[in-house]
Amino acid sequence: MPKVEIDGRQVEVEEGLNVIQAAERLGIEIPHYCYHPGLSIAGNCRMCLVEIDKVPKLQIACNTRVSEGLVVRTQTERVRRARQAVLEFLLVNHPIDCPVCDQAGECKLQDYYMDYDLEPSRVPLEEKVHKGKALDIGPLVMLDQERCILCTRCVRFCDEVTKTGELGLFERGDHVTIDLFPGRRLDNPYSGNVVDICPVGALTSKDFRFRARVWYLQRTPSVCPTCATGCNIDIHHLRGRIYRFRPRYNPDVNTWWMCDEGRLGYRAYQGEQRILEPFRRDAESVLRCDWETVLAEVPRLLREGAEAVVFARATNEEAYLLREIFGKLLGGGNLHGVSWSPENASRDDFLRDADKNPNTRGLAALGVLVPVEALRRALLEGRRDVLFVFGGDLEPVLGPEGLRELRRKTRVLVAADFRGHATLAQADWALPVASFAETDGTFTNRGGRVQRIREAFPPPGNARPGWWVLARIAERLGSPKRFATAEEVFAELAAAEPAFSGMSYATVGERGCPLAAVDR
Amino acid sequence: MGEKVLLRHEEVPGIDRLEVYVADGGYTAARTALREKTPAEIVEMVRVSGLRGRGGAGFPTGVKWGFLPKDSPKPRYLCVNADESEPGTFKDRQIIEFNPHLLLEGTLISAYAIQAHVAYVYIRGEFARGAAILERALREAYAAGHFGRNIYGTGYDLEVYIHRGAGAYICGEETGLIESLEGKRAYPRVKPPFPATVGVFGCPTIVNNVETLACVPLIVGRGPEWFRAIGPEKCPGPKLYCLSGHVQRPGVYEAPMGISLRELVYGEAFGGGIPGGKKLKGVIPGGSSVPVLLPEEIDVPMDFDSVAQAGSLLGSCGIIVMDEDTCMVDALRVIARFYHHESCGQCTPCREGTGWLERVLEHLEFGGARPDEVDLLLRIADNMMGNTICLLADAAAMPTRSFVTKFRSEFEEHVRLDGCPKRLAHAEG
Ligand SMILES: Cc1cc2nc3c(=O)[nH]c(=O)nc-3n(C[C@H](O)[C@H](O)[C@H](O)COP(=O)(O)O)c2cc1C
Ligand code: SF4
Ligand code: SF4
Ligand code: SF4
Ligand code: FES
Repeated sequence: MPKVEIDGRQVEVEEGLNVIQAAERLGIEIPHYCYHPGLSIAGNCRMCLVEIDKVPKLQIACNTRVSEGLVVRTQTERVRRARQAVLEFLLVNHPIDCPVCDQAGECKLQDYYMDYDLEPSRVPLEEKVHKGKALDIGPLVMLDQERCILCTRCVRFCDEVTKTGELGLFERGDHVTIDLFPGRRLDNPYSGNVVDICPVGALTSKDFRFRARVWYLQRTPSVCPTCATGCNIDIHHLRGRIYRFRPRYNPDVNTWWMCDEGRLGYRAYQGEQRILEPFRRDAESVLRCDWETVLAEVPRLLREGAEAVVFARATNEEAYLLREIFGKLLGGGNLHGVSWSPENASRDDFLRDADKNPNTRGLAALGVLVPVEALRRALLEGRRDVLFVFGGDLEPVLGPEGLRELRRKTRVLVAADFRGHATLAQADWALPVASFAETDGTFTNRGGRVQRIREAFPPPGNARPGWWVLARIAERLGSPKRFATAEEVFAELAAAEPAFSGMSYATVGERGCPLAAVDR
Repeated sequence: MGEKVLLRHEEVPGIDRLEVYVADGGYTAARTALREKTPAEIVEMVRVSGLRGRGGAGFPTGVKWGFLPKDSPKPRYLCVNADESEPGTFKDRQIIEFNPHLLLEGTLISAYAIQAHVAYVYIRGEFARGAAILERALREAYAAGHFGRNIYGTGYDLEVYIHRGAGAYICGEETGLIESLEGKRAYPRVKPPFPATVGVFGCPTIVNNVETLACVPLIVGRGPEWFRAIGPEKCPGPKLYCLSGHVQRPGVYEAPMGISLRELVYGEAFGGGIPGGKKLKGVIPGGSSVPVLLPEEIDVPMDFDSVAQAGSLLGSCGIIVMDEDTCMVDALRVIARFYHHESCGQCTPCREGTGWLERVLEHLEFGGARPDEVDLLLRIADNMMGNTICLLADAAAMPTRSFVTKFRSEFEEHVRLDGCPKRLAHAEG
């Protein structure tokens, strides 16, 4: 491993890193626009110029690989002047519409200007080169050509990552413009990523623009719940409302990217269709009730011979508690884990998986997953006293007629989910639980990686985290455990399940932890 | 003045035709090279000759060929840079149009020397005539067995393709040329890697200027010592000089490296002085991208080192002469306009700087300049210099710095009068 010196400090780093990455290890930021670790080196913005010992000209840090004995200076007067010069050049034709720009707060032009320039503009507005504004270039993306600093990240993304090549550069000199190739739209399934990687307000999200100023938003690391890949994300939210998902770097899962379907998946977790209180239905009406009643009545019902369905949208913790309840406390009741996805579900050989459930592998690892056909048969075969359905709707699985038949054959239907659907509407007991954004827990992705989701904000109304509800039911059924957090449930799960052995929330961390290879 | 070797057509009419070229001894050097010398021997001859690239930078050709990786399994390519677009430069065109076989023979020997089996001649898009002449010459040479398979029975194969350029100055920058050849926008590549390791289609590639390659048959035919003996020791060989602007006899002249600039401007065999007996104001010695020299600075020998010492560059030997009536602000404005138009727009300082320079120069020339804009020109130029992917930014910055420093009072006068005095006089008169 080569040893390099940056600003007088030594660091030993892996072969192949560039100077920007090496400096990062020392906590030294080298400002940059065009460089993106997931894309090829363009070297065009010239923001990352640094001094390299024995090299007369300033060199771009992004295209300088570390080598033994390399000596770099990033804070000299020359470097400072070069940065200031680049910023001044970038602003020559910039429209300066920051007050109405949606990128404000996460704009690298603004940020670096404050850090490295702070010079007043020297070019009158009427002399600037004008280009297109607010151009609708795809279902998710708007383009403002004047704000573009021509770093070509978006072009490289479409050329190198999706290989769809919708975007190109046109004209020359200061008339160069990013645009769609004739007849194209930016409509590939990963198009939203260009908004994330655009360092300025040139590419903005149609879905997000003008909905919130970013500095008000809070971020919570989580995992995309829309398919089995489990792309790492940050939930951007404010006062119990999700504004957007952003991909979060995980070299073992999604690197820097996420798909558009997952990106827009946040909409399913908004206020619409949420149920805010537990309900119970009797002969003539549906009545709101409280958790005390639920926790007094439901365990009593379950004792009367219960069967349960858990969807692969439930966390490992929830599935584990269900297994405890139905496998142990109720002495061998039936628990069916189900992973259902629509037949024509999108998929590709990059990130998108046809399995639209975030925790299929988790249910499999816990040994509760059954094939959908087997579940249909089991549910529609005989009559039963009580059925407990957790974390999903049986209507798409059984069809509307199947669900009605199931209902006829089931004396008491208990359903828990974060939002309303056909199963919940027909349930005798409807229990509102937290959405994936409102609870702590883990999902196991398609590659067998256990990854954490976190409570970004508390569940609305009287909804409770699923693990909490299940833990309380288990207590009433005689379990000695008194779980106060999802983390405690996970610790117990990890102790009980060889595939999870040695794991804790601490070891799972931000990047997840692979299941141990255990035969099941 | 001695014998002409590059402008041989001035002494041997019709030499653009194969039989005339061959009758004059053409393709004997190629035959000798392929039959009697190893590629390494040719590289060594070129190195010993002291030939330095005529494309502008003056890099020793033999040394450059030596940069090709020895152990790469990939094919190698030779690119002939015939994109000649620097304002004031029109020497390669002379060879292409009047002595095309000299270039082709040079291409053949050089390709053999670097062990390439494909050579591309990237010819400036606007050179329609040159391309047609070269195509014809190439067909003749193919038919006579100078190209193709098993050349001269040696087992060596070479295919040559003539590729017409995409109509931009930047296509002449060697990595821009390579991108363009590959069918993309001529965006110069970030270096490293250099073309010698990663060039056309990701393979080791040598890019050489037309005039450079035209010297190779001479070196092989007459011997490196003959070549070395012409001109200064560190920068030998015959050279083409392009004279334009305010001279009696503009045109392309052949003379040894190191002839004095004054001789080229005033000598009877060359420019013959300035029309109308006017005084000289300045000379750009190496194409529009290099610093201007003052009348008292033109005793400089025209070779890469001497001109650099005098504060300018030999560049492409595009000598632009300006008489006393020239408005230096306007001259610089025209230069800036060119680089603004030709900047590929890839990197920030060049994309924004070239346009900004032109804008400021328009203020000075046509009115509306602020007093600090003279210094602003210097500042923009300083901020562009040395900070970009290719040298086009420097090409715009260098003349700017020299014009403003050497003719500062003229720039200040433009600010004071709120425009060009010549234009104002014209408007009033
Ligand atoms: C902006 C720019 C334009 C250039 N245009 C030409 C050109 O038209 N012809 C040329 O031979 N070299 C041109 N060059 C130089 C080439 O990059 C390269 O150095 C040259 O072809 C090498 O050949 P040589 O070693 O034989 O001189 C240009 C360089 C720059 C930076
Ligand atoms: S639109 Fe954004 S990402 Fe694309 S080139 Fe412009 S600044 Fe870069
Ligand atoms: S690929 Fe799957 S996990 Fe990743 S963002 Fe898309 S839906 Fe979410
Ligand atoms: S210096 Fe100018 S011409 Fe060269 S790559 Fe940069 S923008 Fe293009
Ligand atoms: S980040 Fe290095 S040149 Fe843009």
